[in-house]
Amino acid sequence: MDSDEDERIPLSQRPEWSDITPVPQDDGPNPVVPIAYSEEFAETMDYFRAVYLADERSHRALQLTSEAIHFNAGNYTVWQFRRVILEALNADLHDELEFVEHLASKNSKNYQLWHHRRWVAEKLGSEAAGRELEFTKNIFLNDAKNYHAWSHRQWVLQNLGGWEDELAYCDKLLEDDIFNNSAWNQRYFVITRHPGLGGIEGIRDSEVNYTIKAILTKPENESPWRYLRGLYKNNMKAFVTDSKVSTLCLKVLTSKVNCVFALSLLLDLLVHGFEPTQDLKNALESLIPESNNLDSDVAARVCLVLEIMDPMRVNYWRWRKSSLSSHVEDGVKNLSVH
Amino acid sequence: MGQLAAEKHTKYILQIEKKKDDIESALTEHLRINGAYWGLTTLDILGNLKAVEQEAVISWVMSCQHESGGFGGNIGHDPHLLYTLSAIQILSLFNKTQILNIPKVSTYISTLQNKDGSFSGDKWGEIDTRFSYLAICSLSLLNSLDKINVEKAVEYIISCKNLDGGFGCTPGAESHSGQIFCCVGALAITGCLHYVDKDLLGWWLCERQVKSGGLNGRPEKLPDVCYSWWVLSSLIMIDRVDWIDKEKLVKFILECQDIENGGISDRPDDAVDVFHTYFGVAGLSLLEYPGLKAIDPAYALPVDVINRLFLK
Ligand SMILES: [Zn+2]
Repeated sequence: MDSDEDERIPLSQRPEWSDITPVPQDDGPNPVVPIAYSEEFAETMDYFRAVYLADERSHRALQLTSEAIHFNAGNYTVWQFRRVILEALNADLHDELEFVEHLASKNSKNYQLWHHRRWVAEKLGSEAAGRELEFTKNIFLNDAKNYHAWSHRQWVLQNLGGWEDELAYCDKLLEDDIFNNSAWNQRYFVITRHPGLGGIEGIRDSEVNYTIKAILTKPENESPWRYLRGLYKNNMKAFVTDSKVSTLCLKVLTSKVNCVFALSLLLDLLVHGFEPTQDLKNALESLIPESNNLDSDVAARVCLVLEIMDPMRVNYWRWRKSSLSSHVEDGVKNLSVH
Repeated sequence: MGQLAAEKHTKYILQIEKKKDDIESALTEHLRINGAYWGLTTLDILGNLKAVEQEAVISWVMSCQHESGGFGGNIGHDPHLLYTLSAIQILSLFNKTQILNIPKVSTYISTLQNKDGSFSGDKWGEIDTRFSYLAICSLSLLNSLDKINVEKAVEYIISCKNLDGGFGCTPGAESHSGQIFCCVGALAITGCLHYVDKDLLGWWLCERQVKSGGLNGRPEKLPDVCYSWWVLSSLIMIDRVDWIDKEKLVKFILECQDIENGGISDRPDDAVDVFHTYFGVAGLSLLEYPGLKAIDPAYALPVDVINRLFLK
């Protein structure tokens, strides 16, 4: 509890509530054990039930829902009734933003809170965009991967606007933590949905450079590897022929540490028809010198290295290897059909 | 590590039902019906559903129903899809869905579908692929999928697919194991798994296994027992479960048990709760741990319950 809420006067002793008979929780046909938990909470909920059942849409009822939410922000019915009251009273929703911000500073992972926030923002319309973006930014200061806040932010951008600085904001978050998958996801969200950027094709080059830089700092970071793959999503030809991609693989393989994602990307390249350079073959060879593998197929060798380097997922890499031959078989089948 | 403390877990669950006087139970009053589903399903998987008073549970569940046809989290609470599915699941466990006014419940659910195929959780309109799953699973258990536009519902779910093969809560939202379970589950129930990029998603899901053997929900997050369910059931539905190290995962779940008082926690040495107890036991069931009933990965109910519903 906050210090300002410490000196709580029981509702039963507040004159403005004297006309209300509290309603205890009905726990169904089975007699309930006497309730021993926080009396204050119990009392608040008993009065809440009374106003809820009477459908009393008043200022004091609104105040009561604030108290009930402070005790337990997870109670869905209380929130729902609060909105009914706000609508009935035609209340100033800017106060409501403050109410939510105060709550979020204590617990930002509550579904009801975010749902309520969106309801308020939607009512306020585009004037709310800036404050909503700022609100989520503040949440990210403490929890940069907060799923609710990200979902809210995306909704704000798409419905209220404020795209202008979003790519720069992603830069900033990734500077703080390059492993932040939520920020990588947001980056993809921006480049694919920002109405002023013109889509992936237009921005691919600069994004590829950015991503490669990020990968080279921390090659064990799965997010940028997937992001890089996403940049070529609908353009396999560019993926296979862009020398930046294969050079990246070579660089990471040559360093000999954290090679799993580089090998995986190389495998994707090979499966899509990429012809490996001698440098790449040598780098691969030097990763497992002892095996002196008989398998002449480079893709199969990549799979073998992955089986050794990533034993937890050995079955996945074995499956990748076994589907290499079925790729060939598919090819043969297609030949016979055409 | 050792073995599953099945008896202790049964005792733990039965004891929660009686303990309505502590603060934890007050805070969860509004979602008691979810808690009841987690507890009862755990008991059933452990083979101990008979230990509860069936009549009392059923009449309590029915008194959580709202006049609209939907269910609230407890008596006198507002209806929501989250609670409606739990109610239907509990009735399914006891083979009692026939006591429902099925047209009424299914109408309540179908009115929550939006034009784009998505679902709101309640009349306030929040949209999330979780709600698509809740609606589709509920209606399927009631044999009433024809009440909604399935094609549109599927279309919306697919629009939430990401570059990593996973799914988020809305189009463009980050992939998250919990959301992936909901989307893959809904697609499995509607016979639309061919829209899933199984190999890509399977790889992302098996990358969720960390050194301790546990699974996380997103990259760089801590492992947590509840993801044993979400990741594992998704992998099973897309037929890629062999891509993780199952033995290590079993070991991780068992390490999260409270051997003395029963219950399972999110990570070793944390406090137990009914939510993680359910996900731990259900995860072990998916991993074919001996002595447990098999659970259906899409409906999150024991396989014999599902067979009883659909094979009669
Ligand atoms: Zn958890």
